[in-house]
Amino acid sequence: MKKILTVPIRDEDIDGLRAGDVIYLTGTIATGRDDVHRRVVAEGMQSPFDLRGGVIFHAGPIVRRTPAGNELVAVGPTSSVRMEAFQAGFIEKTGVRVIIGKGGMGPATAQACRQFKAVHCVAMGGCAVSAASQVEAIQDCFWPELGMPECMWVLRVREFGPLVVSIDAHGGDLFAATRADIAGRREACQGPIVDSVKNYMVVD
Amino acid sequence: MTKDGARTILADVMERFLGVACKRLPDDVYAKLRECAQGETSPLQRAVYESYFENLRLAQQLDRPCCQDTGLLHFYIRCGADFPYIGVVESALGQAVARATASAPLRPNAVDFFTERNTGDNTGERMPWLHWDILPEGNQLEICVYFAGAGCSLPGRAQVFKPSDGYGAVVRYVFDAVSGLALNACPPLIVGVGLGHNIENAGVLSKMACLRPLGSANPHPRGAKLERDLLAGLNSLGVGAQGLPGNRIAMEVHVESSARHTATIAAAVNVSCYTHRRGFITFREDMTYSQSSYKGVEL
Repeated sequence: MKKILTVPIRDEDIDGLRAGDVIYLTGTIATGRDDVHRRVVAEGMQSPFDLRGGVIFHAGPIVRRTPAGNELVAVGPTSSVRMEAFQAGFIEKTGVRVIIGKGGMGPATAQACRQFKAVHCVAMGGCAVSAASQVEAIQDCFWPELGMPECMWVLRVREFGPLVVSIDAHGGDLFAATRADIAGRREACQGPIVDSVKNYMVVD
Repeated sequence: MTKDGARTILADVMERFLGVACKRLPDDVYAKLRECAQGETSPLQRAVYESYFENLRLAQQLDRPCCQDTGLLHFYIRCGADFPYIGVVESALGQAVARATASAPLRPNAVDFFTERNTGDNTGERMPWLHWDILPEGNQLEICVYFAGAGCSLPGRAQVFKPSDGYGAVVRYVFDAVSGLALNACPPLIVGVGLGHNIENAGVLSKMACLRPLGSANPHPRGAKLERDLLAGLNSLGVGAQGLPGNRIAMEVHVESSARHTATIAAAVNVSCYTHRRGFITFREDMTYSQSSYKGVEL
């Protein structure tokens, strides 16, 4: 059965999640990536949308402006690691509970997830039309001067997902585990290739 | 035909070609992605590939870009010295990009340095990016278009090694890049390795390696073997689609090389995501054209 969480997210929702769980979200979420995070954390600006108990989506959509209004053409996750420098501060300052992006994040974000009861989830990268089909409406747009990808779009979503919990609030971190696994295997994978080319510079 | 006439045709056709190329994968990439899906057995990997193919199907059905990051537009051009309209190519491609941004639509991604404003139409300082190869013989214009997204640009790197570091340093460098940020770059990846003598020469070659048709091999037997060995080695890391546990982090590894300075070994790594939006189109001297990337597609 689908595990669907409704925004605003409560403490007990976060407590019940473990890295590797698959969830879907229903409610209102906001996009925010490099510039939004920089404004809120480094420039000290207030998030224009109240994110307490909310969801920030590392994403920059394609929006078509039509006479009837803004049409969401495509939206999907961007590499979350770019926001690592600001993410912990962003969680602390805004009270956001769910971060959606792509790929792993670093130890500071993982620590903030434990301290402030938040999770990081990954959405399916490159699946922008599928994701757009789960967005019911564009509710708002803040900071448009940042440009279409970087401004904050407020989206109403229904059963948005699948989202895989990658960092939970209990110390679980899917991508950290993968990175550790790679570190363990790497020498066995590259060693024979390094050996196979070691005589390539020998001139007969 | 007048130059203005040729420019109009080139801009119109390329606008339509960009509109096709941002919404579907080239045939060779789609077939390779199918093959990669067969190599994965875990329920999580199967679910990821199902999402990939469902999204590609929806993109076709709804006529929308398959990935929201339509990137910055790169054109790798091979132009015969006798092609009569070489002078209009740059302006026509700029027009095509600006118009396709509205008509496709593409996401406006271009931000000029120092002003830090999004230009709104994907053109800007030296953008779209053009790389020219002038062929001494021939009267055709061959264009390879590539949508350079951020996720797969971020892991890119280049370094110059000392000869005493040997080819082994190159192998380790490729593993560094692919097991680092490239996890986030939407695997299965196309890994382009450029071998040269300094960073920009290796960098350009790494890009050409990415753009090569799938199924092609490095012409030197050692280069071809290195491609196969790197592919097998990287795919033993235990990582699959989306950087999650699996068997295929890479679709293909391509190596391109130039002669090196006797005293340097330069290596560059460029990766492309699974939505490898890259298309080939050729214009003849009468401005008729043919494209080979999307079978059965009329522009």
